[in-house]
Amino acid sequence: MDYFIQQLINGITLGGVYALIALGYTMVYGVIQLINFAHGEFFAAGGYMGVILLNWFIGRGYMSTHPMICIGASVVLTMGYCAFLAMGVEKIAYKPLRSASRLAVLLSALGMSIFLQNAMMLTQGVFDKPYPIELAEGSLTVGGITVSYLQVIIVVFTVVLLVGLNLLVFKTRIGMAMRATAQDKVMSSLVAISSNRIISLTFAVGAGLAAAAGIMVGFYYGSVRYDMGFVPGIKAFAAAVLGGIGNITGAMLGGLIIGMVEVFGAGYISGQYKDVFAFIILIAVLYFKPTGIMGENVDDTRV
Amino acid sequence: MAAEPILELQNVHASYGNIKALKGVSLKVYPGEIVAIIGANGAGKSTTLMTICGIVAVDEGDILYQGRSITKVAAEKLPVMGLCQVPEGRRIFPRLTVHENLELGAFYRRDREGIEKDMQRVYELFPVLKERKRQQGGTLSGGEQQMLAIGRALMSRPKVLLMDEPSLGLAPLIVQKIFDIIHEVNQKEGTTILLVEQNANLALQAAQRGYVLETGRVTMEDEAEKLLHNAEIRKAYLGE
Repeated sequence: MDYFIQQLINGITLGGVYALIALGYTMVYGVIQLINFAHGEFFAAGGYMGVILLNWFIGRGYMSTHPMICIGASVVLTMGYCAFLAMGVEKIAYKPLRSASRLAVLLSALGMSIFLQNAMMLTQGVFDKPYPIELAEGSLTVGGITVSYLQVIIVVFTVVLLVGLNLLVFKTRIGMAMRATAQDKVMSSLVAISSNRIISLTFAVGAGLAAAAGIMVGFYYGSVRYDMGFVPGIKAFAAAVLGGIGNITGAMLGGLIIGMVEVFGAGYISGQYKDVFAFIILIAVLYFKPTGIMGENVDDTRV
Repeated sequence: MAAEPILELQNVHASYGNIKALKGVSLKVYPGEIVAIIGANGAGKSTTLMTICGIVAVDEGDILYQGRSITKVAAEKLPVMGLCQVPEGRRIFPRLTVHENLELGAFYRRDREGIEKDMQRVYELFPVLKERKRQQGGTLSGGEQQMLAIGRALMSRPKVLLMDEPSLGLAPLIVQKIFDIIHEVNQKEGTTILLVEQNANLALQAAQRGYVLETGRVTMEDEAEKLLHNAEIRKAYLGE
């Protein structure tokens, strides 16, 4: 029983990370019906930017005097950096193809993914880059179950981001414009919404969330690597499909489920097959319920 | 006729992909008028409106609004200038509430009080929308959606309102109600209306002037009254 609860907690931590990444896929899909295969790279870029900023703060000696501010600033700046990066990627690789076939945009996304991954490899090297500090040491032990403070921080921060996103999308004017653009781009221009700006914003928000996930994974595993975006990216994509691509609540739910399945699968079946479980789910969803858990009216012309 | 046209199309050509939909459409709409465009399916009526609104690109010719060319103006800037459309098929945002649909009509506006006032007015014009305020747009009936589409357009305080087939698929009683509202908006607010209709009878009765569109060209223009009694028109569009 203790083992079960322990895995449950690990599953929630991992699931939260997948959920954050999955949101970027689902939001972009919702607005322009593109699977942004470069999305995983924003997660990796976030992980790297985190190291770079933390090292910079350490080098200046600010970290020892104001650790909380430095870490907070690193997280915020990283999210902002990736948001801008994503807006740039959209402008260069997707916007010129707005009226091209879906396949062309998809290929452009794959190309962008390879480009970004190699750019990270060239500038940051091929080896693992260690996170210079620990976010929180120690852990909480309650009746045989151990929860590290780091896990608590990750889960709390994830929840804050998810709640924040929900407020943005469902309670603000700009969120309403986003939903309108996702539903009917022609009509949204007829009510004075600039779809280009909304698309740009969607990329920015999605990448910001992925960047936050990247930093948290960096802290969690203690290092980052140039190709770290690929596997979590694909798993988060599976999560978005599982939840119903285009559906925000679905992506959160899908992320959580994929995280759980992976952790429980590794814990109870085999650790070596850890990466297989997410894809078994993806295949099963595509086979039995292609619209996902919360998906609606997906017409079969979509990729 | 009043001084300057508020909206003028000069020899406008436009195409959907490889299909030439408009082959030189010229028309004028003067402030305060109701002008009807009638014509058969595929004559280019909806394309004309979408071209005015910047959704379909102009290949050749010019569109003037309040005396200045809007051919190169982005679609989303036009509602801000007072040019607004109730499109064919209403295009209600199906998964937004009725209230949100109306709020989006006023998306570019910042005057909270004015928006609130206009919202009340729309709810007075269409009490059924107030009842269904929290319902998703997609759950409304066709007639209710048409009311919502008109309400949404009114929320942007249009100077010129383009309406595409407001009567399509609606019960006669609802159509009557919709046309009463069109008349009221025109009379009370002085909103200029360019009306596209397959129901020529209805459109020409509501309008002061009319244009007949055939395969992307204007083939006739006259006072609505005269078109209504024109033998050719009666034969082609009024089923006589």
